[in-house]
Amino acid sequence: MMDCNELVEVITSYLEGDLPQADRERFDAHLKECPYCVIYLEQMRATLRALGEIPLESFSQAGLDNLLAAFRSWRTEPQ
Amino acid sequence: MQVASSVPAPVDLAADGRPTRMNASTHVSTVIRTNPQDDKALIQELRAGSESAFVGLVTRYNCEMIRVALCFVRDEATAQEVVQDAWLGVLKGLATFEGRSTLKSWIFSIVVNQAKTRGVREARSIPFSSLAAQEASGTEPAVDPSRFLGPDEQWPGHWAQPPQSWGQDPEACFLQAEMMGQLAHCVESLPSAQRTVLLLRNVAGHDADSICNTLGITMTNMRVLLHRARSKLRNELERYRSELPASAQSTQ
Repeated sequence: MMDCNELVEVITSYLEGDLPQADRERFDAHLKECPYCVIYLEQMRATLRALGEIPLESFSQAGLDNLLAAFRSWRTEPQ
Repeated sequence: MQVASSVPAPVDLAADGRPTRMNASTHVSTVIRTNPQDDKALIQELRAGSESAFVGLVTRYNCEMIRVALCFVRDEATAQEVVQDAWLGVLKGLATFEGRSTLKSWIFSIVVNQAKTRGVREARSIPFSSLAAQEASGTEPAVDPSRFLGPDEQWPGHWAQPPQSWGQDPEACFLQAEMMGQLAHCVESLPSAQRTVLLLRNVAGHDADSICNTLGITMTNMRVLLHRARSKLRNELERYRSELPASAQSTQ
């Protein structure tokens, strides 16, 4: 039987898909019994999804112009 | 940057004088290309001199690259320079890139190497593997142990102060600018090696093996760093949410 305080420590292995099969089964069995750990798992997933949504600063036009100039001279050089 | 002052090339001709095939189109490619087949098509476009393919690539990865570079160098201006240099390295290597890794992994390995070199030159960084070992050492519970029942209780190790649901649609809350700003702030505040691993895995989307190879760290340390970083972010979001006024929470 897995306890809640063990589950929160192996959750990354669980989500990364490298938790050994036996532990994975204990993890899943615990989730069936424990609504709080279901919430914890969902919060972890929501956190990871949110990470992918962090707005990124836009790239400065001057920087892009420099790179384009580099690209143009690159493609005229023999490769 | 030196290259900016070189003679501008004709915009509509490729290196061999053939008209480049993307010039008729001015759209910027925004498709996320991650699989090897798409990479192949993109590399062909780049080698043929397609400016829109190049702009698409730069706009897609530039910000992530700056974040990764910031893990190794002191300030954003330096990170910008590192990333500019990395793009020049990409151009230089494109002709001989063999596609053994994905284009994205390859580009990020260039920026990491440039940033590491720059960081060392600035005498700021200790070897990343040492930093990783240091940040992965000791014990660091994912959740405050006082939130679990003690050994003398009826259900030792079970929640005493369980997490409260974030509602049916937690993303609705996260998408608020303030919340996302808070999350970004938490990421910036993570210890350096934890931040780097988290960014490479969960923002840049690299697989575990390539992260270990790029950073020169063991899989065990990589896992520990990732786990500590993620657990901290969940804790911070939980704390942030609990401090919101009840009215803001109930609208989620």
